[in-house]
Amino acid sequence: MRRILAAAGLSLALSGYAYAEPVKIGVITTLSGGGAGLGIDTRDAFTLAIKQSGNKDVELVIEDDAQKPELAVQIAEKMIQSDKVDLMTGIIWSNLAMAVVPNVVAQDIIYLSPNAGPSALAGANCNPNYFNVAYQNDNFHEAMGQYATQTYKKTFILAPNYPAGKDSLTGFKRFYKGELAGELYTQVGQTDYAAEIAQIRASGADSVFFFLPGGMGIAFMKQYAQSGVNIPVMGPSFSFSQDVLPAVGDAALGVKNSASWSKDLDNEANKKFVEAFQAEYGRLPSIYAAQSWDTANLILSALSKASVKDKEAFRAALKEADFDSVRGDFKFNTNNHPIQDIYIREVVKEGDVLTNKIVATAFEDHTDAYADQCSMP
Amino acid sequence: MSTALLIEQLLNGLQLGVMLFLMAAGLTLIFGVMGLINLAHGSLYMIGAFACALVAAATGSFWIGLLASLVAAAAAGAIVEILVIRRLYERDHLDQVLATFALILMFSEGARWLFGSFPLYLDIPPLLQGAVPLPGGGQYQLYRLGIITVGVLVALGLYLLISRTRLGMRIRAGESDREMIAALGVDISTLYTVVFALGAALAGLAGAMVGALQSVQVGMGEPVLILAFVVIVIGGIGSIKGALFGAVLVGIVDTMGRFLLPQALTLVLPPSQAALVGGALASMLIYIVMALILAVRPSGLFAAQS
Repeated sequence: MRRILAAAGLSLALSGYAYAEPVKIGVITTLSGGGAGLGIDTRDAFTLAIKQSGNKDVELVIEDDAQKPELAVQIAEKMIQSDKVDLMTGIIWSNLAMAVVPNVVAQDIIYLSPNAGPSALAGANCNPNYFNVAYQNDNFHEAMGQYATQTYKKTFILAPNYPAGKDSLTGFKRFYKGELAGELYTQVGQTDYAAEIAQIRASGADSVFFFLPGGMGIAFMKQYAQSGVNIPVMGPSFSFSQDVLPAVGDAALGVKNSASWSKDLDNEANKKFVEAFQAEYGRLPSIYAAQSWDTANLILSALSKASVKDKEAFRAALKEADFDSVRGDFKFNTNNHPIQDIYIREVVKEGDVLTNKIVATAFEDHTDAYADQCSMP
Repeated sequence: MSTALLIEQLLNGLQLGVMLFLMAAGLTLIFGVMGLINLAHGSLYMIGAFACALVAAATGSFWIGLLASLVAAAAAGAIVEILVIRRLYERDHLDQVLATFALILMFSEGARWLFGSFPLYLDIPPLLQGAVPLPGGGQYQLYRLGIITVGVLVALGLYLLISRTRLGMRIRAGESDREMIAALGVDISTLYTVVFALGAALAGLAGAMVGALQSVQVGMGEPVLILAFVVIVIGGIGSIKGALFGAVLVGIVDTMGRFLLPQALTLVLPPSQAALVGGALASMLIYIVMALILAVRPSGLFAAQS
């Protein structure tokens, strides 16, 4: 009882600085279709972080974009016009972010990205109202390029034909110094990779780098494992994150992948997060959950410093990034994109559960290649 | 480019074609006999995949799962026919499209409500795991050869069913003159239910077989449905022979386009650009082929007599 009182006293003391006013956050994310697993983890971690903070002033408006840009644009319009949200977040996919974000920030609404980080929004088109809490799209791929340079000589690369896919291969090539055995762009939402696997087999590559988020990666890995092609694969964490590992199955064992976060990352905030998420939902969190959790805590940290109605002060409070990130050190660069460490993880089996563990650090305090083109004060 | 790669890609095209045939055969049969446009065919494909994944997980056997996919999809097809579709035969195509589109939404939401949005997993049976050597030094996935075999057997079975059996005779009669066959005393409503269930079972079989290659999830049927419509439009609506021919054509054109177009473009563009433009062109290729075929043969390659 005394502990509860103490905790209550502490939270009262902490919230003493807070501006007790209602805050409405619009969350547009993918809750149906092939990409739903990503959005569900994003939503669940976000709501859990708000719930755990005990902040009763935050109201969430959550809507499903079904991974359709036109639908996301409509929802954003509705949230701004009729729900009158103060902040927006939640979008998973870069093509949706490109359709929604420029329009939202132009209306002086602050948008915080929990996942998508298209290059177009990091460079010349950066905006003081746009904060990316996840990564710039190229980052994880750059880390994999760095790793491939040290490990392989002739890599075959493929990604879907959409903004993040192009960012992916560009990012990989920026740090990969070896020879390319081939380069392919597949269709978004493609489920059969027989034609691509045949080309990998014929290319004489010594490794494969692929970026195929969501259901695409599951299909690719399952087909690859059965194809008789035995060269190692690697990729960004998206195809080996906790939400897809059960569906990929043992085909994923031993695969190296890059991420800014892993559930075994050793810091207090992360331990608390993994434990809380597992207790609430009965499953391990994915990287999407981790990024969304950080987004929520960043917003909460800013809310305790400034009023959301005072845009200038609130932006400054966000930019300080004064929260305990589950990724350890976290700072914003001049273009409001993260400066963070990026790790190489390996898929392992813990009991019966497939998961990731960190095996190397690819970059420390890594920034992105576009920050110089951003002329934000 | 080596022979082995070419053979492998042709087999890939054939495998995609055969899978599309299983979808398109049911679709075209239902259209030919009942004059119904069934958008919910993709949902039956999804039901087959879910049934296979669930039963395979419960029993540990892919083969029992495969059987369950046939039964579940046929049963779902029969129930839907009796409850909903039966009321649509006399309506025009717009009503049919609206009603069967509503069925897609109900099946998708129902599946999400029951199983959630995370994909289910279904593994290839141990008997068909791994790859086999091909002439020319390549290798080919055994399971895909299995799909091709099943597809060829189904095509043969459908041919025998339609040309050699009493049921097939009635199906053909139903295609050419619906009123007359009813007037001759054939129980037309049972015939319709049987044809619908048969088409549904084929879709369910395709869903289950493909589910083991990809992932089993809500909404997996709709992309295939679009391709299946392209197939029956190319083949001639209502013709099983057209569906077979159209399916193999679409499968091979799509696979070869994805494979050859980016390579051909490297002759005139830098590799990155060629990969981008080639990939974009390849995704349009089957629609371009469809447009060309329709320009020459407006009712498809093997149009049934109307």
